[in-house]
Amino acid sequence: MNDKLIAALPALPILVPLFVAVLLMTGPPRLARRALGLLGVAVALAVSVALVALTRDGRILPIQAGGWAAPFGITLVADSLAALMVLISAIIALVGLIFTVAANRDDRFVHAGWQFLLAGIDWAFMTGDIFNLYVAYEVMLMASYFLLTHGTTRRQAREAFGYIAINLIASTFFLFAVALIYSATGTLNMAHLAERVPLAPAAPVRAAAALLLVAFGIKAAIFPLFYWLPHAYAIPPAGIAAFFGGMLTKVGVYSLFRVFTIVFPSVGPDPLLLWSAAGTMLFGVLGALAQEDIRRILSFHIISQVGYMIMGLALASQLGIAGGIFYVLHHIVVKVGLILTGGAIEETQGTGRLDRLGGLARTNGPLALVFVMCALSLAGVPPFSGFFAKLLLIRAGLDAGQPGVVAVSILVSVLTLMSMVKIYAAVFWGPGTPKRASARLVVPAALLATVTLVVGLQAQVLFSLTSTAAAHLTTPARYITTVLRK
Amino acid sequence: MAAAVALLIGVLFATGLYLLLGRSLLRQIIGLALLSHSANVVILLAAGLKGSVPVMGAAPPPHTDPLPQALILTAIVISFGVTAFLLALGYRMHLFGAAGGEDDER
Repeated sequence: MNDKLIAALPALPILVPLFVAVLLMTGPPRLARRALGLLGVAVALAVSVALVALTRDGRILPIQAGGWAAPFGITLVADSLAALMVLISAIIALVGLIFTVAANRDDRFVHAGWQFLLAGIDWAFMTGDIFNLYVAYEVMLMASYFLLTHGTTRRQAREAFGYIAINLIASTFFLFAVALIYSATGTLNMAHLAERVPLAPAAPVRAAAALLLVAFGIKAAIFPLFYWLPHAYAIPPAGIAAFFGGMLTKVGVYSLFRVFTIVFPSVGPDPLLLWSAAGTMLFGVLGALAQEDIRRILSFHIISQVGYMIMGLALASQLGIAGGIFYVLHHIVVKVGLILTGGAIEETQGTGRLDRLGGLARTNGPLALVFVMCALSLAGVPPFSGFFAKLLLIRAGLDAGQPGVVAVSILVSVLTLMSMVKIYAAVFWGPGTPKRASARLVVPAALLATVTLVVGLQAQVLFSLTSTAAAHLTTPARYITTVLRK
Repeated sequence: MAAAVALLIGVLFATGLYLLLGRSLLRQIIGLALLSHSANVVILLAAGLKGSVPVMGAAPPPHTDPLPQALILTAIVISFGVTAFLLALGYRMHLFGAAGGEDDER
């Protein structure tokens, strides 16, 4: 590849979906719409594979928008972490869109909203400027508001209103934090902030960090800010819920990883985040055990699993952060696989309630296999990716001298397995000969089940990538010098 | 001057929060709009209220920092868009049934 193309590459995962979204809004016929939507996501996927390959050895690719040098202009930065996140977002966008098309849940508005959502998510991953991160969040959230409320009943619209309100409050806190940071340091560029925050007055910096923790914590659904999530994710059709459940909370998690390492680094394990991680894991899984609907159980598990990621961040060691990033990537694949399996059941049987389902193993063998693979991976059983994700975190926790949180994480794994067994027993065992789900609804989830198996068998490949990503966060010197061109 | 602006932020935030806690959908939407306005005023205050017009040569230094005003402009546009969306959603809920009244969802 020539240098000019490489230099422009980090902007493409944002610009391609935006461009496709605008084309889709002109209202092409159904076949063209589907082809265009899938093409846009496929191009984003190809670009993100190239980005991962380019940043694999620790290279960082910055773009100074409009030619204004950092810290004065807006900077986009593709480092190893951003590239990995963009890759997973493109994979999920593609698989989720295939499911949505297969389930015939796509009209032209859904296609355009889908592309806008992908653009906003990738923008949030790529940006190197904290105010620009706010704008990216709003682009992403606006698309999510739309997809959530599109074609809803009145009751669902009321629940969606709650989701919008809580996100607006988080955005307000985010803006408060931006104002405090700017007044204390005079900059908004993250690399520049990393240099200036240690020299700034402590009080506004601490207040800004606390506000950002709340703002990102609401989006990531960490304890005690998670209550909005199960209501919101029960609303849309399964394909859209899979995109939401896989990516949206993870953008919050990613922002926590980015900001609370580079801008506000923690020396040693952070007790506040550790408590929050333990609470997120425990209350999420306990909530899941109380539910009687596939989608609701899985939504509570999203919360529980975010706890593991925050545990990795809270340990603040390179292994902990590498394990946390590994966990994020693994979790997105597995969780979307499970939501799409649940979606195939919902679309075929007309319900996701455990007491109305049964006997699916008799007629839906492949679906049962896909569910078992994803469920075991979620609980952390070898040889799937979940086992290595948990192993890394437990190892990092013991190295950092935090046996308490490690004990909680192991207990929660057992409870997760219990909850998965509950779904399996209720849905796949029992009497009845339910309808067979059509193959095109099973294939998207089957692809993701294969990914978790392959990642589990070749865990060292992904681990070396996440280690590179973690190294940029724990020792940000290279990030700072590359962005500021020193 | 700064104290008065700080008070204004407090009043905007408190009023927004109060309206948000009410039952009526329309009040909640106005409350959310007021919350985002309070954030805009915080940015204005954070930039400092003193200084001259930030045009080189047109006014004597020290100039006001123009960047926070660009930030506020962006934030206003976003909050305008979201408020419009919420009003449209509220209108659709109204079409569904008697949404938006004081006794909504009772």
